[in-house]
Amino acid sequence: MNKAEQALRELHEMDALAAGDSPLHRLCPLAKFLFTAAYIAAVVSFGRYDLARLAPLLLMAALLYQLAGIPVGKCFHKLRFVLPLVLAVGLFNPLLDRAPMLTLGGVVISGGVVSMLTMMAKGTLCLMASFLLMATTRVDALCAGLRRLRVPGFLLSLLLLTYRYVGVMTEEVAVMTDAYALRAPGQRGVAFRAWGSFLGQLLLRSMDRAEELYAAMLLRGYREEFPYAEAAPCAARDAAFLSVGAALLLLLRFVNVSALLGGLLMR
Amino acid sequence: MIEFDNVSFAYEPGRPVLRKLSFRIGDGEAVGLIGANGAGKSTVMKVLLGLLPCEGRVLVDGAAVKWDTLREIRRKLGFVLQNSDHQMFMPTVLEDMTFGPLNYGATRAEAEARADAALARLGISELKRRHNHKLSGGEKRMAAIATILAMEPEAILMDEPTAALDPRNRRLVINVIRSLTQTKLVASHDLDMILDTCSRVLLLSGGTLAADGAAETVLRDRALLEAHRMELPLRLQ
Repeated sequence: MNKAEQALRELHEMDALAAGDSPLHRLCPLAKFLFTAAYIAAVVSFGRYDLARLAPLLLMAALLYQLAGIPVGKCFHKLRFVLPLVLAVGLFNPLLDRAPMLTLGGVVISGGVVSMLTMMAKGTLCLMASFLLMATTRVDALCAGLRRLRVPGFLLSLLLLTYRYVGVMTEEVAVMTDAYALRAPGQRGVAFRAWGSFLGQLLLRSMDRAEELYAAMLLRGYREEFPYAEAAPCAARDAAFLSVGAALLLLLRFVNVSALLGGLLMR
Repeated sequence: MIEFDNVSFAYEPGRPVLRKLSFRIGDGEAVGLIGANGAGKSTVMKVLLGLLPCEGRVLVDGAAVKWDTLREIRRKLGFVLQNSDHQMFMPTVLEDMTFGPLNYGATRAEAEARADAALARLGISELKRRHNHKLSGGEKRMAAIATILAMEPEAILMDEPTAALDPRNRRLVINVIRSLTQTKLVASHDLDMILDTCSRVLLLSGGTLAADGAAETVLRDRALLEAHRMELPLRLQ
């Protein structure tokens, strides 16, 4: 299986994950979206040295993954290409901020190291939250939820079409890569000199295919907006989830729970 | 129901694909559209569905195919594309099947009921919740036909419906086409299938109509078929 096929398989896996059934899957998409937005806002609002205060948020995310029946490892596996970029943020902080901040087992740790770790943790938590939203909510259901927030229909159609088009394009890459590999024995990947024609052909082929798909949509009455998945109206349990979630986030943001628990343990 | 009146079309200036093509298809007729590669079969379908602009007149139930009639015409004409991967663009079979009815104003319950009826009619109800990318070629073709049936069209157009199918799936699709009561226009190189499913044949060659007659007559005419780069159906050879 070539890399493009692997990518396609992973894309389909996301659809399969989102079609699962768990308490989290059953929540209304709008509630999940709002909670995720609040969670990300809470995470990024912490100061650059507040590393310890992010721990309860990590715990919260892990709990939600459990609730959704999705192993946390799956998230890290799927995001393995993005995570290094997130982790690279703040890599230079230890060089810029050398003021000692704490001593751990006799080792002096500078503010730069703490702020670097904090940024890494924040990035990872935000990715985890976004992944969980995507893994428990189908894209069209999410769009239906966003439509209720009065996000313009054309933007949502664009989002849905892009999501579908990524799959179409990846399929074309997979077919072309196989065809290339069969006639280029011993080569790893596509040779540099063939990149131009490969990309050109890819563009033409995927445009042809996109045109056919668009025709198929037009012939079945498509007019600017997708008929989104029927989003279940937000029920009492969604309101409860959102209220409890928001209360917890407020608590974690304004009360130093890590310090309190640490103090209790020390006592 | 369908009328082409002096229809011409060219993808490039000076290289017409259809040349003053005229024919009529009545309600309930089953018509096979045959011709060699490049004869213009798919173009006829696309012109009929308003996907390509043309010279001349194309009428569906007396209404000319033009911008303001397209929506109604496309509701009446269901088109099964040659490549089912192009037809099935939603994640699951059910979503694909409800896409059309929902766009035409059906409620979700109505759309799902229509999908259920179409799936049951083709005997593929077990595909309802399946993901499109997990279907085999034969299953995908049947699902694509079901997708069009869920639109409850008055006529069904099919472009190479048996292409790339194994013998069993080909037979299944032929049986399905035979069982459809709507007006049918089937474009194909599979002349045995055309013989099985259509009572009338239009033979296209160089963008014009080389023959229009009973399937049994046209498809037995070796000289006519060979003159237009075709062969007798296998069973008649």
